[in-house]
Amino acid sequence: MIGVNLEIARTHLLAKKRQTLVAMMGVTFGIGMYLLMISFMNGFNEYLEDTLLSSTPDIHIYNDIKTDYTHSILDQVSDTTRMLNIVHHPKPKDVTPNIRNPKQIVSDIKTFDNILAVSPQLSSQVFYNNGPVQLPGSLNGVNIMEEAKLTNLQDKMKTGAIEDLMKVDNGILLGHGLATKLNASVGDLVTLASPQGTSMSFRVVGTFQFGIGSLDNVRSYVSLKNVQQLLGKDNQYVTDINIKMKDYTKAKELAAVFARKYGYKADDWQVANASAMVSIAIRNMMTIVISFTLLVVAGFGIYNIMNMTIQNKLKDIAILKAEGFAGGDIIQIFLFQSLTIGLFGALLGLILGYAMSYGVWSLPFPKNEYMSITHFPVTFHVRHYVFGVVFGMLTTLIAGLMPSLKAGKIDPVAILRG
Amino acid sequence: METVLKAKKVNKYFYEPEEFHVLKDISFEVRKGEFLSLIGKSGCGKSTLLYLLSTMDTDYKGEIEINGMRLTGLKQKQLAAFRNEHIGFVFQFHFLLPEFSALKNVMLPAEKLNRYSKSEIKDRAYEKLKMLDMQDFAMKQSSKLSGGQAQRVAIARALINDPTIIMGDEPTGNLDTANTQIVFDILKDLASSKGQTIIAVTHDPEFAQKSDRIIEMKDGEIIKQ
Repeated sequence: MIGVNLEIARTHLLAKKRQTLVAMMGVTFGIGMYLLMISFMNGFNEYLEDTLLSSTPDIHIYNDIKTDYTHSILDQVSDTTRMLNIVHHPKPKDVTPNIRNPKQIVSDIKTFDNILAVSPQLSSQVFYNNGPVQLPGSLNGVNIMEEAKLTNLQDKMKTGAIEDLMKVDNGILLGHGLATKLNASVGDLVTLASPQGTSMSFRVVGTFQFGIGSLDNVRSYVSLKNVQQLLGKDNQYVTDINIKMKDYTKAKELAAVFARKYGYKADDWQVANASAMVSIAIRNMMTIVISFTLLVVAGFGIYNIMNMTIQNKLKDIAILKAEGFAGGDIIQIFLFQSLTIGLFGALLGLILGYAMSYGVWSLPFPKNEYMSITHFPVTFHVRHYVFGVVFGMLTTLIAGLMPSLKAGKIDPVAILRG
Repeated sequence: METVLKAKKVNKYFYEPEEFHVLKDISFEVRKGEFLSLIGKSGCGKSTLLYLLSTMDTDYKGEIEINGMRLTGLKQKQLAAFRNEHIGFVFQFHFLLPEFSALKNVMLPAEKLNRYSKSEIKDRAYEKLKMLDMQDFAMKQSSKLSGGQAQRVAIARALINDPTIIMGDEPTGNLDTANTQIVFDILKDLASSKGQTIIAVTHDPEFAQKSDRIIEMKDGEIIKQ
C-alpha cells in the first residue's frame, strides 16, 4: 500500500529533477548558513567566555572601602538632639584595605561544597622602573599553585614556568606586553617601586599572556611574602580572596552567602563581566533570529513548490482517487515528496555547513599581539548539526503538510467533469 | 440474472449558483453482464447520475447499492477501497499519469489493491494490454501515446482489477470512427464473454443503439428504459 504511494512520489520527484533540485537547494543553503552562523558565533562566545573566566575569578572577596561620612564620631560625645554637628571635608583615617583573619576565612571557604581552589592575594599598585621610565602597573602577591588552579596560568605562559616562582628567590612573572615594554626576558632583573616609595628588585622567571591587553600590559605575579615585604606589612596582610568553583554557574548564590558571612564585598564573575555577558546574550539572540529566518524562508520555498506541483497535478490526483486511492494516500504521496526534499536538502546542508565552518576555522586570524588567537574560533558541536536536520525536516514537514492536506481533499468529480 | 446495481429514489440538488433539482426520484436496477447506455440532452443529469453511481459524489438523497452492498453513508476511505476493487472508469479523456509508462499506468490500481504480487500484477497488466492490442506500447511513456492508443491503455487500466462494473463517461467521445468501433467492440465483448457490467454515458446514438439497453433521461427524470 505505502509502497505504491512512495513509488508515485519518487516518480514525481524524478520527473521534475530541476524543480526538485531548486527546492532542495533552498533547504541546503538555509541549513548550511544556519550551521555556519551558529558554529562561528558559538566559537566566538566560547572563546570570549573562556578568556573572561580565566582572567576573572568565579568569586572575588575584597574589602570595599566605605566612603560613608553621614555619621561623625562627634555624635557620640555631643548631644545631637540639641545641636547639629557639621564636619567639613572629612577624610578617611586609619582605614586599611586588607581582609582580617584571612587564614580562617580561607579554611572556612574550603569547607563549602563545589569549591575548587581558594587563593588569597595581596595586590598593589606599583611602578616598574625601566631606566628613567616608570611604568605603572599592578602587582599580585599569590600562592602561585593555587592561583594556577584559578587562571590556568600554566597554559598561558609564553616563556619560563610557573614553578620557577617558588624556586627562585624574589622571582617575578611578567605580563607579555609589560615584559616587551620593559625589554625584559627570563633571567633579567626588574625594579619595582611601591606607592609608599619602597622598592625591590625581582628576577624575571617567566612571561604570560591572557590575550587581554589590559591585563598583559600591567599585571605581574610574585609570591605573597614578597609583596608583604615590599609594602612592609605582616604575613597576615591580604587584600583579596579569589575563588574558583567546580560549577561556575552557581557563583552568584554562593557570593551572596560569603558576603553575608564574612562581612566583605563578594562579586561573582557575571557581575565583574556584566557588559561582556550582555554582548554574549545579544549575539546568541541574533544567531537564533537569523538562523530561524533562514530556515523559515527555505520552508516557504518548499511550500510554494509543493503548491505549484499540486496545482499542476490536479488531474492526476482526480484519476488516482477514481482508481481507488483514498485522501490519505494522496497526502502520503505529496508529503513524502516534501520530506524527501527536506531530508536530502538537510543532509546536503550539513555537508555545506561543515565545509563552510571548516573554511572559516582555517582562516588565520589577523595577526594581533594583544590576543592569543591564531585562527577564527569555530565550534563543531554534534548537537548543532542534529538540530539543523531536525529543524530542517520539521520546516519541510509543516511546509509540505498544508498543500498535501489540500490535495487530499480535492473533489475528483469537479475535475473529471471539467 | 442477478442484480449488480440498485438505485432507489435518488435525489440530487445543486446549490451553486442557485438551488436546482438535478435528479428527481431516480430508481432503476442493472443486471450482471448488461451493457447499458445512459443518454439524454446536455444538462439532463445523466453524467451527474453516473458520478453518484461511481461513489465519488456522495452528496445525494436516496440509496445506492452495488454488488449487494449498500454504499450510501459509507466513509470516503471505504468508498475509495470499494471503487478500487469493484469499479473501473473510462473517461472521455484518457487521464493517464504522464510520468509513467503505459504498463505502469495499468498496474497502479492493482498495486493499490495489493491482492497479487508485483510480478503477477505485471503479467496481468501485460495481458490486459494485449487484449487491447497495445502490448507493443507497454514501455512507452504515456504522454507520448496518440489519443486512440491512450484511450485503449485507459481501458486496460479500468480492467486490471476485474471490476464488477465498468463506468464510462463518453468513452468514445474523443475518438475517430475506427477507434470508436474498436472501443465499442472491446466493451461489448467484456459484457458478453466475461459478464462484466458496462454503464456508459454517451452522446453517440449509434453507440447507444448497439448496446443492450438504453436509459434515456430528461430534466432529471428517466423517461425511457
